[in-house]
Amino acid sequence: MYDTIIIGAGMSGLAAGIRLAHFDRRVCILERHYTIGGLNSFYRMGGRDYDVGLHAVTNFSEKGARHGPLAKLLRQLRLRWDDFKLAPQLGSSIRFSDAELNFGNDIALLEAEIRKQFPGQIDNFRRLVASLLDYDDLDGDDPRFTRSSREVLAETISDPLLREMLLCPLMWYGNARERDMDFGQFCIMFRACYLEGFGRPLKGVRLILKHLVRKFRGLGGELKLRSGVSRIHVENGRAVGVVLDDGTELQARRILSSAGAIETMRLCDDITEVDAARAGQLSFIESVSILDCQPRELGFDRTIVFYNDSPEFHWERPENALCDTRTGVICSPNNYAYAPEEGELPDGVIRITTLANHDRWCELNEPQYRAAKLAQYDRAVEASVRFMPDFRSRVIDTDVFTPKTIRRFTWHDNGAVYGAPDKQLDGSTHLENVFLCGTDQGFVGIVGAIVSGISMANRYCLQDP
Amino acid sequence: MSPAEIREEILDILADIAPDEDLGELKDEVPFREQLELDSMDFLDIVMELRKRHRVQIPEEDYHHLASMQSTVTYLEPKMKDIVRS
Repeated sequence: MYDTIIIGAGMSGLAAGIRLAHFDRRVCILERHYTIGGLNSFYRMGGRDYDVGLHAVTNFSEKGARHGPLAKLLRQLRLRWDDFKLAPQLGSSIRFSDAELNFGNDIALLEAEIRKQFPGQIDNFRRLVASLLDYDDLDGDDPRFTRSSREVLAETISDPLLREMLLCPLMWYGNARERDMDFGQFCIMFRACYLEGFGRPLKGVRLILKHLVRKFRGLGGELKLRSGVSRIHVENGRAVGVVLDDGTELQARRILSSAGAIETMRLCDDITEVDAARAGQLSFIESVSILDCQPRELGFDRTIVFYNDSPEFHWERPENALCDTRTGVICSPNNYAYAPEEGELPDGVIRITTLANHDRWCELNEPQYRAAKLAQYDRAVEASVRFMPDFRSRVIDTDVFTPKTIRRFTWHDNGAVYGAPDKQLDGSTHLENVFLCGTDQGFVGIVGAIVSGISMANRYCLQDP
Repeated sequence: MSPAEIREEILDILADIAPDEDLGELKDEVPFREQLELDSMDFLDIVMELRKRHRVQIPEEDYHHLASMQSTVTYLEPKMKDIVRS
């Protein structure tokens, strides 16, 4: 009998597991995939390391900082700043067809850019920053949390182009809702991206995962890979345990699930039907190019470019196509200020993310799927070189991951990267001893997911002595 | 435990919670919140560490005694005087 069974060995599940194991609870993390990480995982192909998910760790703070989510999670998990060893970004850009804003890990740069490009809006922008909800107000009780961000922005910033440009990175990095964004989520992402900024460990997401899993196991936590939960067994309104895909039954006093809100309900054997329409719709493909040089040698020093090819930003699932390349994210993991003693990444890497339709990708048979990966890679690269130097003659290897890949790593319905649009901020479910953590509890990104796991473990699983 | 040993034990807990902090400079009479910017989650962790390590129970209404090193040691002295430091 476990005190807590955690479903999913992603960032949130591992963080929750560390908290529970640290305080001597009997805890087991069950992961369906053969590897850990969930959305933020990694793979190796052709002798090269690839990250899934992670472009950047948001919520950057410098070593020694005591404020902010990163500092908080390090204390809660008893980790050192050097365990994540985040190198700060060189600088990122929002590039629309006729306008550009650069930003970095100091908000002063974005302010200066707005003063230069949108001189009439700088005071409005400052008012917007002053009106952001604080992290402490983000338990969902504030009535502004569920307001439309587009409405709030329209009240503050009168230039529609600036509104679209500010929304673009924040939606890309953490908005599960199509077209609009809850203002609470906007505030979380604004702080995470513009006020705190981006960083990355040289070794990528595997370094973070390695430290989390080592810590968890060192504290006596159990981790079972290839152990998908097929059912949460419910008796008299309480979960009593889980049944694995291979039929193994495990008992627990409570269950913390990062499988997603709808996905978790579907597992419960007291539920016959779930409203699948509430699942998220937004999924991505990512086109990865390995270059024979560092991107900086081609004149590209941006860490992340969020591009959009018209004045209006369309954040929605492509209905009639596999992918939509009107907007995208270009990321170069080379363009971080890695410490000199750490060196640089061995290869130049350009990752391009574009919106994709999960169902259409799933309808393809194997030869069609392989052909579509090639064709959509070409389209994504073609779209992105409008906003960066053309790197196509320097490509020595490529890979593409699709909504099907994301589904395999996350098990989210529709390969929905950021889960369902309606978040369950208190982590509760219809059962008194089953709780949510991770994407569908509300926080996204690596730091957000870890904070989610910590806070749900503290709130629901560490209360009894 | 003597007051000096309790102080050592609290330092040990703080070093565990905030491994990047230099605790050599800690002033006993200044609140932890001001010096280390600990928040309510961190204070709860001090309470939980004391329970885990020494089975010392601290009721919620007493948490405010843990504000600074000085007040913490004073508060814990009667609760921990019979505990032998391992």
